[in-house]
Parts: sequence; structure tokens; C-alpha cells
Amino acid sequence: MTQRIEQGKDDYPGALIAVEGLDGSGKSTQIHLIKRWLELEGYKVFFTEWNSSVAVKPATKKAKKRHLLTPTTFSLIHCTDFADRYERQILPLLRAGYIVLSDRYIYTAFARDAVRKCDPGWVKRLYSFAVHPTLTFFFQVPLEVALDRILGARPKLKFHEAGMDLHLSEDPYESFRIFQGRIFKEYQKLVDEFDMTVVDATQQVEKQQEKVREIIKEKLDLSKYKWRAQR
Amino acid sequence: MSPKKFYDIIPPGVDPNALSGKLFVIEGADGSGRSTQINILTDWLEHKGFPVVNVGLKRSTLISKQFTAAQQSKVIGPLTLNLFYATDHVDQLENVIIPALRAGFLVIADRYIYTLMARAIVRGADPDWVKSIYSLSIIPDAVFYLKAKPQILVERNFQKKNTLDYWESGMDIGYSQDMFESFFAYQRRIQKQFLLMKDEYGFQVINGNRMVSTIAKDLKGRIEQLLPSM
Repeated sequence: MTQRIEQGKDDYPGALIAVEGLDGSGKSTQIHLIKRWLELEGYKVFFTEWNSSVAVKPATKKAKKRHLLTPTTFSLIHCTDFADRYERQILPLLRAGYIVLSDRYIYTAFARDAVRKCDPGWVKRLYSFAVHPTLTFFFQVPLEVALDRILGARPKLKFHEAGMDLHLSEDPYESFRIFQGRIFKEYQKLVDEFDMTVVDATQQVEKQQEKVREIIKEKLDLSKYKWRAQR
Repeated sequence: MSPKKFYDIIPPGVDPNALSGKLFVIEGADGSGRSTQINILTDWLEHKGFPVVNVGLKRSTLISKQFTAAQQSKVIGPLTLNLFYATDHVDQLENVIIPALRAGFLVIADRYIYTLMARAIVRGADPDWVKSIYSLSIIPDAVFYLKAKPQILVERNFQKKNTLDYWESGMDIGYSQDMFESFFAYQRRIQKQFLLMKDEYGFQVINGNRMVSTIAKDLKGRIEQLLPSM
């Protein structure tokens, strides 16, 4: 049974690379560039992102729109989404020797659910079926920079994105600021606890990408992940 | 007033001291007589003047529709199935059971976390993981486990629907291609899990092989003692 695989046990031939960081940290751009690089170099790559399971996302979307979620069901429905991607894609692909790239991983849940006051031990046990990544990059930006990047464009913030369910402020922008501040604090704890590789995300995109690629080359034996048959 | 206890964790935003109602759980396989007994008990309690709320599996507003669709497509794996059930349970716990208990209602649950745990464990889930998920559930005032012989379950299932249910026969697990055989293999394993949980969770085992009226009398006698004085 897949679930019995011990945490962090590296007994599959693939490699898992996750990116974490605040909204506005630039992590999605970075993982996109990692994906393009590895694909173009001829490696077996698969990309997955938070909250994107075809079987679960429609339910989550409806529930968010109709404000049906409590902190606990918010946590559970995101874990269900993750589990579906995990057992149908992430784990089989790791077993097939792929490099799996994950835009946000279980640490996103640890940070967000803690801010929503779920018991942190309960949340960690909930996700205990998941292996820890081979490498987790944390894109570190000062809170104000991340906020400016997102709020500078005056976007229409979604209810949960702004943390409006926490009743922090009537104003979505103010609520977003407080919410992101709390997530930021949670992330700082997780970076140490889970030994994430911190990237200075205030640097130029290309500079960051250069560093990220260097670390990947250093930590992974990339030759293992080449397509064997010439395509 | 009897404040409710949770198994381990109180979900955020819940005050257990404000929950003055009673929660009764009826557990048992399809064909054990669960729904028949719940109907009888609900009528009996409402006739006595107690407000009753019924809950059961896959009845949440949150995900029951998508859950059924995903389950029928048979593409979701066991972890996802377990977590769908957990989400469905907690949604009803927080949005139906807790508000009803707060209002002093009697809640009758047509199955509860025990079925969910047994099903998950039989499908290979780590028992500690499963237990941990449901550690934020309310401890019921009583759990009645209707235990009937598999032969009787089969008979009642055929009497009602002329067919065995795919999931209640454990066909997804693959004990046998033969549904009849699979049903017995699956129900035996589920019963084994229930008996393992019996002491830990304090189930009252009710002999479900008896006549409907005899079982009802038995259950009423047990519930009577637990009702709030009027």
C-alpha cells in the first residue's frame, strides 16, 4: 500500500522538487523555467500544482464560492485534492523515474491551516502519507515586497485568497496583508523544520534561476532522468 | 446539560460546553436493519416530543455530489476516497451535528466514523493515520452496532434491491470476481474491524439477526435511559 511508505524514504527512482513561498514571491515563474530547462535538455519531467485535481477541484471551487468551508473542511478538501494528485500522478511518476515538479506542496497546507487555527499536529498527521521532496526551494522575499507585487496591480482578490474567512478586516486588501503576514511567520518556522533551500527572491529572475539550476545539478544526478529512447 | 467530548482535538471555533443535545449512532452493514430501526426510533422519539435530526454518510452539502461522481468513475484511489469520506463527515459534523446538539436536539447518525475507519483499514490504510483524522470527532452518547450474520445480510439486500452493492461487496478490493463471494469476504473483514474497535469505542453490540420489532424494543430500552428528563 502506497500509504505505508515512510516519510522521506528515498526508495523510488524519481526525484521530487517542490517550490514554496508567499503569493508574489515569484516561485511559479521559477518552477516554470526549471520545467522548460529540464524538458529542453531531454529529461522526464512532470509538473503539478496545488489545488488542481480534476476530481476534487470542482467541489472546492463551488464550496469556496458559496462560503461553505470551515477551517477543518478547508484543510480536508485541499488534502483530498493533494491525495488524488499524489496517488494518481506524483507517486507513480516518481516510481517511473520522473523528475516531478510541484508548485506548492504539503508545507503550503501546514502554513495556511495553522493560520486558520487547525491543530498543527493533526494537519501534519493528515499529510503523513506524502513523501518529503528531494529538494524544496523556498523563495524568500520581505513581506512588503510580496504584498507590493500582488497589491500593486490592485487585483480583485478572491475571498479565501485574502483570508476573508478569518474576519481579520472588512477590507480585502487589509485582510490580505494581515493574512499574508501570518503565513509568512509560519513559513519561517517551516523553512528550518523541513530544511528548505532558501532562494533570495528579491534578485533578478535570471539570477535566481541560475542559482536554482546550479543547486539542482549539484543535488541530483540528472543523467538518471534522461529519456532512454531517443525521441 | 452534558458537555460533549471530542476524541482528541476540538475543531477550531467549537465550544463543547454549549452542546447540550444527545448523539446516538447506529452502525452496521447494509442489510443489518439500520435504516429500518432509525425510522422506527425517529418516529418514536418525535412522538414523545423530542426534536430529532438524522445524519448519514455522503449527505453533506459540501461534497456529496462530486464525491458520488468521483466514486462512480472508479478512477480515484483509496487515499482520496478516504479523504472524501472524511471531508463529508466533518462537513456534517460542523454544519449539522454540532448546531443540532447546540440547540439541544437528538441526533441519530446512520453510521459514523467507525464505518469510515473500518472501510479505510480494510482497504489498506494505516490504522493510526485513519484514527488521527477522526480524532476531532464528537464522542457519541451511545453507539449501537447491529451485528447480523452475512447470510442474513445477503438475504435482506436481495429482498430490498434484488442485487448486491458494488462497494458493500468490496468489489474495488478484488477479493474475487464473483460478487457473492466477494461480499462474504468483505463483510467478514469489516466485522472483524468492528469487533476490534468494540471495546476501545464502547459499542453496544445488538443482535441484528432477530425480528425488526424485537430489535426495536431492545434499542428503545437502551435509549430510554439516556434521554433527557422531560
